[in-house]
Amino acid sequence: MFEIVKKEELSDAVTLFEIEAEDIAKKAKAGNFFILKINEQGERIPLTIADFDRDRGTITTVFQKIGKTTHHLGTLNEGGFISDVIGPLGKPAHIEDFGTVVCVGGGVGIAPVYPIAKAFKEAGNTVISIIGARTKNLIFWEDKMRAVSDDLIVTTDDGSHGRKSVVTVPLDELLRTDKSINLVIAIGPAIMMKFVCITSEKYNVKTLVSLNSIMVDGTGMCGSCRIEVGGEIKFACVDGPEFDGHKVDFDLLMARQRMYLDEEKFALQRYLESYKEKKGGK
Amino acid sequence: MEDKKKKNRIKMREQTPQARIQNFMEVPYGYTPNEAVEEASRCLSCLRPACRNGCPVEVDIPSFIKLIKEGKFIEAAWKVKEKNALPAVCGRVCPQEIQCESLCILGKKGEPVAIGNLERFVADYEASEGEIQTPEKPKVTGRKVAIIGSGPGGLTCAADLIKSGHQVTLFEALHKPGGVLVYGIPEFRLPKTIVEREVEYIKKLGVEVVVNAVIGKLYTIDELLNGHGYDACFIATGAGLPMFLGIPGENLNGVYSANEFLTRANLMKAYLFPEYDTPVKRGKKVAVFGGGNVTIDTARVALRLGAEKVYLIYRRSEEEMPARKAEIHHAHEEGIEFMLLTNPTGFIDDGKGNICAVECSKMELGEPDESGRRRPVPIKGSKFQVEIDVGIPAIGTRSNPLLLHTVPDLKLNKKGYISAEADTGMTSKQGVFAGGDIVTGSATVILAMGAGKKAAKSINEYLKWKYWDFKR
Repeated sequence: MFEIVKKEELSDAVTLFEIEAEDIAKKAKAGNFFILKINEQGERIPLTIADFDRDRGTITTVFQKIGKTTHHLGTLNEGGFISDVIGPLGKPAHIEDFGTVVCVGGGVGIAPVYPIAKAFKEAGNTVISIIGARTKNLIFWEDKMRAVSDDLIVTTDDGSHGRKSVVTVPLDELLRTDKSINLVIAIGPAIMMKFVCITSEKYNVKTLVSLNSIMVDGTGMCGSCRIEVGGEIKFACVDGPEFDGHKVDFDLLMARQRMYLDEEKFALQRYLESYKEKKGGK
Repeated sequence: MEDKKKKNRIKMREQTPQARIQNFMEVPYGYTPNEAVEEASRCLSCLRPACRNGCPVEVDIPSFIKLIKEGKFIEAAWKVKEKNALPAVCGRVCPQEIQCESLCILGKKGEPVAIGNLERFVADYEASEGEIQTPEKPKVTGRKVAIIGSGPGGLTCAADLIKSGHQVTLFEALHKPGGVLVYGIPEFRLPKTIVEREVEYIKKLGVEVVVNAVIGKLYTIDELLNGHGYDACFIATGAGLPMFLGIPGENLNGVYSANEFLTRANLMKAYLFPEYDTPVKRGKKVAVFGGGNVTIDTARVALRLGAEKVYLIYRRSEEEMPARKAEIHHAHEEGIEFMLLTNPTGFIDDGKGNICAVECSKMELGEPDESGRRRPVPIKGSKFQVEIDVGIPAIGTRSNPLLLHTVPDLKLNKKGYISAEADTGMTSKQGVFAGGDIVTGSATVILAMGAGKKAAKSINEYLKWKYWDFKR
């Protein structure tokens, strides 16, 4: 059992947990993820390691309430327990001094971009960050991102905060004007990563993405997370999650992410109804 | 009458095929005490019993059968457990027909003694009688052994080492111990309560079981040996990397590796969705590809998930299928349609990223290949399509590199499996032993158990002298 030692609502839909997992914290690196399972009936879902504290023996994750499991997770509180936490998984991000790096985080993807931006900064890079979301209250960690970036651009689709645009607009401007940019990192919804890659490809700037396909074991055993990179089958859990974005077949990734849409909808609805009943009963 | 009785074994009663395809409950019911005594009485108590030689873990078969004859069922269970820590598992999933039972003298003129059924009986009987006894605690040696992987090989090795007085930790990457026994073999062939029971027994012996521990990520082998103070390691991680067919359309939704399909169904209990959260596609028309035990397990799971039609598509003929005859028989009984001498060549997209059919070629058998089996060759112009909504390649597994990549000084063979001495499990790295599928490639539960047993023996020796001489 793993204790939730801190809970913070970052926005209406986005929640932060700091979880006690001493041994995982010892080994965690930027770019790693972990898998959790709430209880006996629970499914195994991969979540990002957004931060870790080796002294406190904790890992921090940020998740958006989308399906049943993340909604259920959101009802847990400080002092509550998660049955299983497995990690650190995946290959860590490749960090070195590339010169100037652009870090793009979309929606809940801001969380996993943060430790990478931080590591790039510590490695001596000039870090320009772009964080974006649909609307203002989905933006979080603006101050944290600013602290590890030389420059930070915030965008929202509806213009309620920062610049009214999608992340690719300022990215395109940057790439067009600043020829010193050697690398782009993008983490967020698959569709955002796809368009980031289309944008950066125009300028021939290497782009790394972190893929969030459906996983079960997270150790290369099942192949659920398989994707195509440069025409080859790769497993996001062990070969990734970081890949050369210009080689990723994003349409396949998005199609595979939709595999259980019906089941997910059904499970969520069933959960929300039973949750309402429980609350109403009290 | 007496003669006939000797010739034929006591059949185990089982669920009818019509009933069992509607549920996930175990197919055979097991012997009653009377049936067990009657079956045991068929044993001739040979002066020089051959059956023992067929057991990879050297169970004293004649002695335990004699005890059954005498009605001493608990004693019989202990007799088995002297050598085998997982009798309830082995009684169910061992291929006895090519091991102990193949050497039984009765098999020459009729059916051999049903050793597997009897093994299962005594294990279940002991469990049903309440408190399972453990042997006396041995003298503590002060040595520590880490076992990586809690499948049949790891469990066996752990049980043997703890009996020698060492401190034993069993690390499991998944959230439940048991390895292939929990994620791979389906409930109806090996109920999970039985695996839990066997794991509980091993814990009771004193083995510490640590789940959610992905060795290579959480700790490396070197950290275990140095920082954590383990004197030796046994790697028994299995060969868990699924193979795909390598044909177009294999990434369409609805195409699963057998590993994934079975893990969802067995470990995650997707057949109980939505009570359990993990979903699995319940295909109406399902095709499984391959000819092994896992292929059959997969087909039978798909059937129980409500498929109207399950095809088993195999490129050779039934004769060449590596699956156990009994499993093939069960699959036929349950109405799985065998499409033999048929090879898949591509999955067809329904236009929305889902699989809607598989294209196949008819095959014929040509000259024998390196495996000695006749090589299937496609027949020109024989392509046809089969409408399916779920397709599951179950054609084997390869070496999973996750752990091995973190042990650079561990010698691997050409196929990526660990180079280890067959008799001892010794590897190129001092203090590190290996056995089971990660050394041999996909094999059986009992062979992994045999490897676990041999490794336990040599680890025991190693812990006395710490002498290392790897000859390969």
